[in-house]
Amino acid sequence: MTQSTPAIRLDRATKVFPSADGGSFTAMREVTLDVAPGEFVTVVGPTGCGKSTTLSLISGLEPASGGHVSVAGTPVTSIPATVGYMFQQDATLPWRTVVDNVALGLRFRGVGKAEARSRANDWVQRVGLGGFEKYYPHQLSGGMRKRVAMAQTLITEPDILLMDEPFGALDVQTRELMQGELLRLWAGSRAAVVFVTHDLTEAIALADRVVVMTAAPATVKTIVPVTLPRPRDVDEIRLDPAFLALYRQVWDSLREEVEIARTKGASRG
Amino acid sequence: MAETMAAEGTVRPTALAVAAPTGRRRWPVYAGRAALVALWLGSWELAGTYWIDPFFYSKPSQIAVKLADWFTEGTSYGSIWLQISYTLQEAVYGFALGAVVGVLLGVLLGRSRFLSEVLAPFIKAANAIPRIVLASLFVIWFGFGMSSKVATAFVLVFFGVFFNAFQGAREVPKVIDANARILGASRLQMMLTVVLPSATSWILASLHTAFGFALIGAIVGEYTGADKGLGMLIAHSQGTFDSAGIYAAMIIMTVLALLAEAVLTVVERRLTRWQPR
Repeated sequence: MTQSTPAIRLDRATKVFPSADGGSFTAMREVTLDVAPGEFVTVVGPTGCGKSTTLSLISGLEPASGGHVSVAGTPVTSIPATVGYMFQQDATLPWRTVVDNVALGLRFRGVGKAEARSRANDWVQRVGLGGFEKYYPHQLSGGMRKRVAMAQTLITEPDILLMDEPFGALDVQTRELMQGELLRLWAGSRAAVVFVTHDLTEAIALADRVVVMTAAPATVKTIVPVTLPRPRDVDEIRLDPAFLALYRQVWDSLREEVEIARTKGASRG
Repeated sequence: MAETMAAEGTVRPTALAVAAPTGRRRWPVYAGRAALVALWLGSWELAGTYWIDPFFYSKPSQIAVKLADWFTEGTSYGSIWLQISYTLQEAVYGFALGAVVGVLLGVLLGRSRFLSEVLAPFIKAANAIPRIVLASLFVIWFGFGMSSKVATAFVLVFFGVFFNAFQGAREVPKVIDANARILGASRLQMMLTVVLPSATSWILASLHTAFGFALIGAIVGEYTGADKGLGMLIAHSQGTFDSAGIYAAMIIMTVLALLAEAVLTVVERRLTRWQPR
């Protein structure tokens, strides 16, 4: 951890949603977490524990109900310009071609059409979609659409990259491919990353630190530093004995929470 | 409240177009259609000649003569092209006005929960009015000229388009909305690049039926009181017990509606190139 201003600071951040029956549901309770500039943090936790809510608060899509959230030392009141967000679902515009989708962030930020196009073309190449510039999203595979989303997010050169199970819907091989791709592109950008996943292998293979969340309401349970050297080969690393030790450590911590979530879910439904 | 507001007046975005026959069955299909028309017109002609009174029911040959007469000699109120262009202008103006205002208000209210909740009961009430009655009022307000017909066409077009645009604007997927905001879209950029395109298929679905409504509006307006137009021809034919004239005007109107439909289909294809087919 560096001594400089953290890229992200969550200080006892709490989020309460009104629930359908008129009551309220606490998704996050007093989450405290600092993410340093250029650090890659993954967040794991039981299903439905409120991991994604953390990202909503950092991105400014949802205001915190309590505590403080700041990005680069500034309290988050609206969507910070330096944040990029990759969603679990497809969020590209179906009526725009690949290159126009990638150029979107630049166009919104006032970059001229020609320049935005040419920079977008460059990014389309970088994510390996050369030749597909004029395709519409529905003409691409799920993995290719994720590449579009990745280029769309990275072209704005965010200092903070929020990722909500971005590869969750992909098949195993494509997912591993995309993880490698992400590490490669991230190494060039040095953005601070918060990556939510429920795949422990993915969480450890990508991260500098793995944050384990408790069952709902989510709060930080433990933080496991991942000291495996970089650059990493996502395919190879999972066979490393150090990796296996980390996996056990994270899983031991997570297992209790998964069980709590499961019994809660069982009693509820 | 707003949820129920949309559900009522909307037309689902489906392909209403008659499929062009393809492949090996193409010619039999065309032959079947031709046979059906021949059977229908032939039996009518026969019935009109031998059994029923063509004074009331007319028959295809009389209608053809009437049409030929209109197109060569003109109507008793001037050239038929004058009548057609008059009616068409009213319908097109009413359609354009209704569509633009309907889309703008629909999208605006679709994006503003507060506005839509405030206005929902009024819009529902306005939609419940049998709007065709307004044609009489418009003749009093705007006189026998074109504007009273444009106004009638407008009120008929507006609501259909409005409800669809409203629904379309509300159905922007949440994640696409969030993504565009993260990418830095301003409110205006959001409208133009996300909301309007997203609502396109809803809006287009309503436009197909809307042009039909615009024609109805124009014709009912003319029927109520006018000195030119196809509706006036119908009113005149009714007054002189000229059933062939009514049929002839009906055929012209049908052709106009089908031509407009063809134009709209071309526009729709162009605007929805991005959709899977």
